[in-house]
Amino acid sequence: MASTAQRPTQTVTAASNDPEPKGWLGLAFMAPSLVFILGLFVVPLVMALWMSLHNWPLLGRRKFIGLGNYAELLADMQLWHSLGFTLLYTVLVTAAIMAVALPLALLVDRPLRLAGFFRTVYFMPVVIGFGAASTLWMWLLNPDNGVFAHLLRGLGLVDSAPRPLESFWPALGVIILMVVWKTAGFTMVILLTGLQAIPADVTEAAKIDGAGVFSRFRRITLPLMRNSLLLALVLNVTSSMLAFDQFFIITQGGPSNSTISAVFSIYLASFSSYRLGYGSAMSFVLLVVLVAISSIQLAFLRQRPEES
Amino acid sequence: MSRTLPTSAPIPARERLGFAAFILVSVVFALFFLLPIVWSFANSFKPAAEALAHPVALFSKAFSLENYRRLNTVGAGWTVYAGNSVMIALGTVVLTVLVAVPAGYGFSKFRFPGQSALFIVVMATMMIPFQSILTPLFLILKVLKLQNNLFGLVLIYVTFQLPFSIFMMRNAFDAVPRALIEAARIDGASQWTILRRIMLPIALPGVATIAMFAFLNSWNEFLAALIFLSDQNKFTLPIMLVNVSSGIYGIIDWGALQAGVTVTMVPCIILFLLLQRYYVRGLTAGAVK
Repeated sequence: MASTAQRPTQTVTAASNDPEPKGWLGLAFMAPSLVFILGLFVVPLVMALWMSLHNWPLLGRRKFIGLGNYAELLADMQLWHSLGFTLLYTVLVTAAIMAVALPLALLVDRPLRLAGFFRTVYFMPVVIGFGAASTLWMWLLNPDNGVFAHLLRGLGLVDSAPRPLESFWPALGVIILMVVWKTAGFTMVILLTGLQAIPADVTEAAKIDGAGVFSRFRRITLPLMRNSLLLALVLNVTSSMLAFDQFFIITQGGPSNSTISAVFSIYLASFSSYRLGYGSAMSFVLLVVLVAISSIQLAFLRQRPEES
Repeated sequence: MSRTLPTSAPIPARERLGFAAFILVSVVFALFFLLPIVWSFANSFKPAAEALAHPVALFSKAFSLENYRRLNTVGAGWTVYAGNSVMIALGTVVLTVLVAVPAGYGFSKFRFPGQSALFIVVMATMMIPFQSILTPLFLILKVLKLQNNLFGLVLIYVTFQLPFSIFMMRNAFDAVPRALIEAARIDGASQWTILRRIMLPIALPGVATIAMFAFLNSWNEFLAALIFLSDQNKFTLPIMLVNVSSGIYGIIDWGALQAGVTVTMVPCIILFLLLQRYYVRGLTAGAVK
């Protein structure tokens, strides 16, 4: 996009316009970054594939077993359960985040100082790490001296302190609440950039034509912010599919292993049972699923609605 | 807006009502997002008895640092863990900037065969989750003798930061007008002088953005730190928090936990409040490209 401004000057001097006299010098500037990406990203990626074809314990001999690990994956009920749980979590948490973030974005999309202040406040939990946020919510939720237990009892809503982490749906519910608290501000900012890109005269014209608030929202706002809605969706879906911290810390996979996410099962296979080959096979499946999700969604993003 | 003024009374009243509704809804949301942070902060300074009796109170009659003192008896003590986190975060920031700034410059201002393919490869790594390569990274660090080593973790964090940082820096350098560079070159400035004297000042906001992301992401990262650090003296703050939250003999020291949460989150919040616009710029870079 930025280069369009430069294009006219480029065509004027087109004949001699080789961007830099010594193009290969650029490679020297990139070299350190390429060493990092090659050594600590590309090589491990290839290794993950290689390891997934082996029976690879931490200590002791490794053995080539072909697709043996992948065959085992197919029969691994715990893994299928954790994939199913991750999908369920992704759908629910993404819906919840969007349901909170869109109203928030609409709320703070005004040219007021005060709106800027609220934007900052809503965004604040985003910069706190998932580790700190999870332990903070563990305390909020604990039945002994947790704030929620005290508040609910104080209001006379419950007799004894609730223990949400002891059964599946309440546990999932409080995790989703925590994640919405922690990440809704992020999605709000993404949606806000979409909202602010809508030209004011379009909304103004619709208002003059007598379109009501709801039809303006449905016919103008939503379609015109389609790209940022999709981007928010991509980012939320991919990050939820990779959720780990909150399940490791708050529910610790429980009750009875019902909240073990996909990354959690990779962690257990590789770094708890030290079956590195099997863990790599799981990683590879997860990788393929995620790249597929993001390329499908990014392909949708590419086809923009015709804009001037 | 001012056009509607002559019609007087009813509309301003409606507007005032709308404004009141805006304030009311905004404040309710603000409480939802702020209160957990404030509660944790407030409780970290309460004596144990008071925290047990009145966890909801935002102000306590007695002010006490006993939670922080107790937190310093957990493992190697929170000051050691905070020191580790600071070293890892600063190391990641410095190395990310040193590596990503020249790379962004290279991608922006030089052309050679295969360059755009190389850029696509770098960007493609953004789509691949780092969680999927942790198992081989574990072995690579072992071979490099960097396992259970803060510097090893820094190298990993820098790699995770690079695609985004290179993308940001390339865009920042793209914004430098070509005429300015050509003028400097005619005046006999070397490639290095051009980068330092002309490009960097213009690209400085981009540097602030990538530095801030590098700091926050490495400060807050949990899974890689959990896997790659095994020595109690080398843990970072998030790992310390999890150890406190899993309790000793089944008893969780909630006061010490609040102190830990506070020392972990307050630096991030302060940094965000100071450098907010660089953070939001980084977030929206992806959204508007």
